[in-house]
Amino acid sequence: MSTLLPHLVAALDAQTIADAVGLGAVYALMAVGIGLVFGVLRLVNFAYGQLIMAGAYALAFASQAGWPVWLGIILCFAVVIALSLAMERVVFRPLRTQSPAVMLVTTFAIAFLLQAAALLIDVRDDTIGEPATSVASLNQAISLLGVDVRKVTIVAVLVAAVALGLLALLLGRTSIGLQMRAASTDFRTARLLGVRANTVIGFAVLLSGVLAAAVAVILTVQQPFVSPDFALYSTIVVLVGVVVGGIDRLWTATLGGFAIGFASGVINGALPTDKTVFLPSAVFALVIIVLLVRPAGLFARGRSSLADRV
Amino acid sequence: MLELRDVSVRYGAVAAVRKVSVDVGRGEIVGLIGPNGAGKSTTLHAIMGAVPVHEGDVLLDGTSILGRAPEGVARSGIALVPEGRRIFAELTVEENLRLGLAGRRSREGASDDIESVFRLFPIVKEFRRRHAGALSGGQQQQLAIGRALVARPDVLLFDEPSLGLAPKIVNVVFEALAEIRSRGITVLLVEQRAQRTVAFADRTYLMANGEIRLTLTPADAADTDAMVAAYLS
Repeated sequence: MSTLLPHLVAALDAQTIADAVGLGAVYALMAVGIGLVFGVLRLVNFAYGQLIMAGAYALAFASQAGWPVWLGIILCFAVVIALSLAMERVVFRPLRTQSPAVMLVTTFAIAFLLQAAALLIDVRDDTIGEPATSVASLNQAISLLGVDVRKVTIVAVLVAAVALGLLALLLGRTSIGLQMRAASTDFRTARLLGVRANTVIGFAVLLSGVLAAAVAVILTVQQPFVSPDFALYSTIVVLVGVVVGGIDRLWTATLGGFAIGFASGVINGALPTDKTVFLPSAVFALVIIVLLVRPAGLFARGRSSLADRV
Repeated sequence: MLELRDVSVRYGAVAAVRKVSVDVGRGEIVGLIGPNGAGKSTTLHAIMGAVPVHEGDVLLDGTSILGRAPEGVARSGIALVPEGRRIFAELTVEENLRLGLAGRRSREGASDDIESVFRLFPIVKEFRRRHAGALSGGQQQQLAIGRALVARPDVLLFDEPSLGLAPKIVNVVFEALAEIRSRGITVLLVEQRAQRTVAFADRTYLMANGEIRLTLTPADAADTDAMVAAYLS
């Protein structure tokens, strides 16, 4: 730890911070998507990464078919939203009265199913992985105040800021937003008041899907080679970030997502190029330390309600 | 208006409610009293669709509402003031009230109904910008009643509205019930304060061990011996 700290401090140049903020913004978007569904269903959707992967494949196929970028992006959103809603209608809705363990295992099953389906479609050309070159132009860097910033980083930060702003307005100012907030606190009472469970859950899943599609576009620009494990590592890191931030609240979960993205960016900048393979180890070591100090979540108020379990 | 026909509810092997039949006519206030564990709250939850009914039927204006989801029951014109208030502590008082609008069948007149709640409970208006969790128990109860009223229900179910409240606040709650009666809203009132409920309601059912044991009228309010005997039976 004592040797890592000077590296981290030295790595905090403008370039690294810009990249870390960009990664934090993408992870924050993913955290919101995961947190929205968790809020109303108390379900950690492990298949979230596969939704992003499906969107990335849509972009790759649109790119290979020679479609314009905007049409590829529309296809990406359509695929991810359709898959999200299908997942809610076919799986979550019939199972939502079951135990959290059943729901959790089900999302694992969906994740593997989608990954297997992607593999089956992908290997038809005897190779694994598809390039999505049409969106790669956004990956070019521009110079801002002497710092090279990739266009997609700026887009990621802007998209995250706008999406979070709109979400705050939606949750704070609209009737469906109020119902979602109530449902995430006490769904049973909300339903007794007349809040429609299917509408609220469906809307949360829809929003979550929209965010997954936006993330799919950004990640595909950053990594324009799509394979069945696309976004898998990012999803695991974000899930950890959501727990570290405090999964019970949308905003703490979002901050957790941003924090782990930012920390990953900074640590990545601090590590020598030949040592970046240790990035996950360094990030998860940091996570363990944070959870030991703040088990209820880095940004959560009060102590964990599970503390008396043992 | 609201009719329960031989309703039974089971929690696994335990029969919580056994063949309960209750009639609540339009504009009536009907009480449901009994000791803890008698099945009173379960009866209300069975009406709301929050627990499955093992046998029997629940009718609203002659139409069965059995099998409807809680939100479906709420939107058919039945509102519940739940035990323990169940207000949303992190939302503001006004947001809690607005949540009650989810149970309305029509948005028309919603603002007037909120204003009407403000007139009935001035404290709710005064603290409308505060977080509901910052209110006292009595203030939260007023908010919970107001939240149910803005749904403009035909039938209002109360689950122990005076539970845990100071006597002075209990008076406020019963004054509100009197006002609700004057508005012609049908009420099914579950209460622990037996004598006061019997005196207040048009008719009161006494439940024990999941069954209706007695039907009492306001004239029976002074007959404490009969009530004690039924409670202990």
